[in-house]
Amino acid sequence: MLQVKDLSIQFGGLKAVDGLSMDIADGELYGLIGPNGAGKTTVFNLLTGVYKPTEGTVFLDGKDITGLSTTMINKVGIARTFQNIRLFAELSVLDNVKVGLHNGFSYSTLAGVLRLPSYFRAEKEMNERAMELLSVFGLDTESDTLSSNLPYGAQRKLEIARAIATGPKLLLLDEPAAGMNPNETQELMDTIHFIREKFSLTILLIEHDMRLVSGICERLTVLNFGQELAQGSTKDVLNDPEVVKAYLGE
Amino acid sequence: MNDKMKKLSPSTTELLKTVLGLVAVYIVITVVSMTGNLSHSMNNILAELCIYAIIAVGLNLCVGFLGELSLGHAGFMSVGAFVSATFTHAMADAIPSLYVRFFIALILGTLCAALAGFLIGIPVLRLNGDYLAIVTLAFGEIIKGLLNVFYVGKDNSGLHFSFVTDNSASLGEGRKMIINGAKGIMGTPHVTNFTIGMVLLIAVLVVVTFLVDSRTGRAIQAIRDNRIAAESVGIPITKFKLIAFMISAGIAGIAGVLYSHYLSTVTASKFDFNMSILVLVFVVLGGLGNFRGSIVSAVILTLLPELLRGLSNYRMLIYSILLIGLMLFNWAPKAIEWRQMHRIKLPWKGKDNASS
Repeated sequence: MLQVKDLSIQFGGLKAVDGLSMDIADGELYGLIGPNGAGKTTVFNLLTGVYKPTEGTVFLDGKDITGLSTTMINKVGIARTFQNIRLFAELSVLDNVKVGLHNGFSYSTLAGVLRLPSYFRAEKEMNERAMELLSVFGLDTESDTLSSNLPYGAQRKLEIARAIATGPKLLLLDEPAAGMNPNETQELMDTIHFIREKFSLTILLIEHDMRLVSGICERLTVLNFGQELAQGSTKDVLNDPEVVKAYLGE
Repeated sequence: MNDKMKKLSPSTTELLKTVLGLVAVYIVITVVSMTGNLSHSMNNILAELCIYAIIAVGLNLCVGFLGELSLGHAGFMSVGAFVSATFTHAMADAIPSLYVRFFIALILGTLCAALAGFLIGIPVLRLNGDYLAIVTLAFGEIIKGLLNVFYVGKDNSGLHFSFVTDNSASLGEGRKMIINGAKGIMGTPHVTNFTIGMVLLIAVLVVVTFLVDSRTGRAIQAIRDNRIAAESVGIPITKFKLIAFMISAGIAGIAGVLYSHYLSTVTASKFDFNMSILVLVFVVLGGLGNFRGSIVSAVILTLLPELLRGLSNYRMLIYSILLIGLMLFNWAPKAIEWRQMHRIKLPWKGKDNASS
């Protein structure tokens, strides 16, 4: 469903991503790993239009989406989370998810100001939909909390809920397990499996936690200095001596 | 219906309280004024209080909810003021009823101010950063400069415009100057009163509160909180920034319309940088994102100089000291701590956030 061909970006003299190609199948759980500074998050930023690639193309379901704006890329079906959590800090947990539902429901600004019936109808549906999503992540009891007051792990979950609210086909998770303890990581793995089935998602994730990577990813691409070091099934890649060298040194 | 009442959102409940408070204040003041217990100067300033409260609420939408700084809201106010006053004068014969004329002028002034906001917003709101502050600052000065050399006259053959040169001599039969350059607009009928001001203030308050608590409002606040995240969930940033800014400018236009129909003479130099900053002070003191606070601080800070009039020369000195004191009392962490310790709740604050 996602095809990346020779994707490259150059910042001045630095090629942050250099000739990356990936082919992710429908419904796959794909991992993107690599040492710090390998360019993993840059790949996410390229896929979501935050950066424009200097070379290469990205196809989603056969459609060329290279160079689309971030907003458009979300509309064609890619949602993401961020390594350094980016919630709408001054909005409640519920409203964060409702912002994610923005394009799924529609009533005009005027209908909102005049409180026309379409406002009440859409808002009611949005609330139900948002609460449903929150309950998947066990956040439904916190719906009125200010999102910045949530504990760290819950903020990560809320970010995923918000991303799913936009109704994506492809979900990009940037280090979802960062800062979680082994129990929370285990729980997260279950959740990721669950949402993949429930929302029929394809998931591409960046992760450092090898337990999570080996536990749920079906295939991997390893990046090092912006270039592909290895690609293939999780087991093969993790046993590749080149990969071990990149992670652990000689 | 009962079901709906139960589900009033928190913001609607707060709005209801504010509106009820305003209505109560209105009734009390009207009664006091009718029994003749209100001084003449006080009676005069009531409408002005509403005008400043309206523009403060409008600016709060831009600064507090959109998170964009505007330093030229007086400019939008002057657009509303001049457009509406020109209309009222020009249509004096065509539409005899003053209130009908005023109503159309109000709509026209609001739309023109919103249009000015739209035109400025198109290029500037596509950028990220403090560009809006710089451009609105320039806009405020430019519109003041333009209006200072703008002449509009009326004669039997219609309206005549002129820039820079006074065109009063070239007018034919039935000549009458409407905008007279730096001397501004004179003799605008006095329509604005406390009642009209209060009605419009409540209307504006309801509109912005409902706006903020809607799909559009959430998008606007999401952009303020985190632009990149808002883009990543598919929100068209520029569109919603423009909507919020236009509405904010339009509300400034409403204040302008009221202002020009409140004073018989309005000059462009009234709407200067000082006024923009003054309104910004109302908004910051009242609290970003707190409409009730904007109203309260606009009222207090407009009344203060009047109440201090007896101190003649020391007036502005005391005013600024009081302003600093109020800021500290309102926002200093120690002051918030002290208020919480003694359980003093400021009526214009929803909830204190001591942590921030």
